[in-house]
Amino acid sequence: MGNVPTTVKHCLSYEQLLENCPWLRRWLQEEKTIKAHEYPDFVKIVEVGPRDGLQNEKEIVPTGVKIQLIDMLSGTGLSVIEATSFVSSKWVPQMSDHTEVLRGIQRAPNVRYPVLTPNMQGFQDAVAAGATEVAVFGSASETFSRKNINCSVDESMLRFKEVITLAKGQHIPVRGYVSCALGCPHEGHIDPSKVAQVAKSLYEMGCYEISLGDTIGVGTPGSMCEMMQTVMKEVPVSALAVHCHDTYGQALPNILTALQMGVRVVDSAVAGLGGCPYAQGSTGNVSTEDVLYMLHGMGIETGVNLAKVVEAGDFICNFLCRKTNSKVAQASSKTL
Amino acid sequence: IILELKLYIYVVFTIMQYSTPVFHKAISDSTSVRAALPGKVKIVEVGPRDGLQNEKTIVPTEAKINLIDMLSETGLPVIEATSFVSPKWVPQVRGISRRPGVSYPVLTPQPEGIQAAVKAGASEVAIFGAASELFSKKNINCSVDESLQRFDEVMIAAKEAGVPVRGYVSCVVGCPYEGKVAPEKVAHVMAKRLYSMGCYEISLGDTIGVGTPGSMSEMLLAVSREVPVSALAVHCHDTYGQALANILVALQMGVSVVDSSVAGLGGYVIYMLHGLGIKTVRKTSSKVAQATCKL
Repeated sequence: MGNVPTTVKHCLSYEQLLENCPWLRRWLQEEKTIKAHEYPDFVKIVEVGPRDGLQNEKEIVPTGVKIQLIDMLSGTGLSVIEATSFVSSKWVPQMSDHTEVLRGIQRAPNVRYPVLTPNMQGFQDAVAAGATEVAVFGSASETFSRKNINCSVDESMLRFKEVITLAKGQHIPVRGYVSCALGCPHEGHIDPSKVAQVAKSLYEMGCYEISLGDTIGVGTPGSMCEMMQTVMKEVPVSALAVHCHDTYGQALPNILTALQMGVRVVDSAVAGLGGCPYAQGSTGNVSTEDVLYMLHGMGIETGVNLAKVVEAGDFICNFLCRKTNSKVAQASSKTL
Repeated sequence: IILELKLYIYVVFTIMQYSTPVFHKAISDSTSVRAALPGKVKIVEVGPRDGLQNEKTIVPTEAKINLIDMLSETGLPVIEATSFVSPKWVPQVRGISRRPGVSYPVLTPQPEGIQAAVKAGASEVAIFGAASELFSKKNINCSVDESLQRFDEVMIAAKEAGVPVRGYVSCVVGCPYEGKVAPEKVAHVMAKRLYSMGCYEISLGDTIGVGTPGSMSEMLLAVSREVPVSALAVHCHDTYGQALANILVALQMGVSVVDSSVAGLGGYVIYMLHGLGIKTVRKTSSKVAQATCKL
């Protein structure tokens, strides 16, 4: 096109052509191919910073600081904040103050505070401490299940069935997680049908929502799409959430892909708390601030105040004496 | 800052080197998410120019030449070498070892720059326009119209010298002074003009990284009506962590040229593209890592 005179190029303007032949766009089916993707009007954010985030931080955070973090998050508009985990303190010392945290937080109206309960003991302790919602963690990888919770996937499902049955009896909703949905640190590639199988089991047992976790952040829009397609054959998309890790910087494109496929629930952690235990020095959870920036920029409502989340992130990062993993928070601090 | 960046990039690339073969899997079935994706994407490496330009520490010429030479080994087809804003940058272009099949464009905002660049051995040049009036005035000290007149002169000089010209448009979704930038402005005032002047490719830059998939697709829709999508490239900044998501929507809209920086998100971009089954460069990103570490 370099040698064509400017005047001719002006005549070749696409807009000019369309003005003369309005039927052209339809004929070329261009409206279909360059049509923007449909996105939801509203996306629910599930804040996992206080649990999944802090769980992966080396430094033990005092109970008071955890409570303050959750209280700050309660004022941001978030409707779900995963508060703590009722797991043995031998396994996860960071969560040993689970009862104190749950009892110490100021519960905001319209905010739910689910807690992790890997087994019956954990569930009973959680209920005694005042839990009104719980979560169970399954794995799509056999090896990861054995190494992480010391039992096979099938055995873990039996354990969860007990918890879910009891929870149902007490009208306590249960959220299900599937880890290693896009890859496992031990097994490598995970077959999407395995993810679908675990998701289906949890859903049929009674979990109201299944969060699909890219535990080591290796997923890309391609593998996310393939996995989602397979899972959506077994579980309705309205009951699905994505829990993306940002280890290889893929979290936002993966979340975008999930949204394009109909997902309406996204897990994230304030300040991108929590590294990746399988890739030393790398980031883990995607940061809530960056997710909010993307969603709000796309005109998608979340009900969450980004500035207040940045404040909560600043608070916890100041305590941990390290920089936030959120690009939005970093950019905001530079403009102050 | 460079040391921190070096360590960070080294860690990420070491991990990627280890795990990419395990996790990369070709996807055979297509869906609405993957349907419009290009089969091949050209990566335009802007690290040595756009990347280093923004580093506070002055990097010695020899180090820059080394970086460019290492990048030449990675299989990247285009490496933006430097900027002819002042004659003192001439030694850089003379010093690099050019690899056959690799293009080394240099920025030339003035017609005089073309002669100096060609003398120094440049075989491709680039010009930079702004979609925002205020940004144009503050950045290159003239209005958008005046800059277009300058570019007309640059294009004439480039044609005489027989060098192709790549056009850049900055502030395509947002400007640090004006705020939101109207897509029509980007399309008509800049992109269409640069393309009709004779630029073979137009790189659309989200200069301050404020774009999101929404504003990005809106802007690309407007521009692709004036310039064929095959002549478009995206140059996304990651200031708010949106770059990869923005690149993904650009790919979904048919864009097949992506500017990225070895010291920025270069590795992550390649990881995403390969995960989508899109071909890019011939060699693995380990070479790219080595290049950054030496810096």
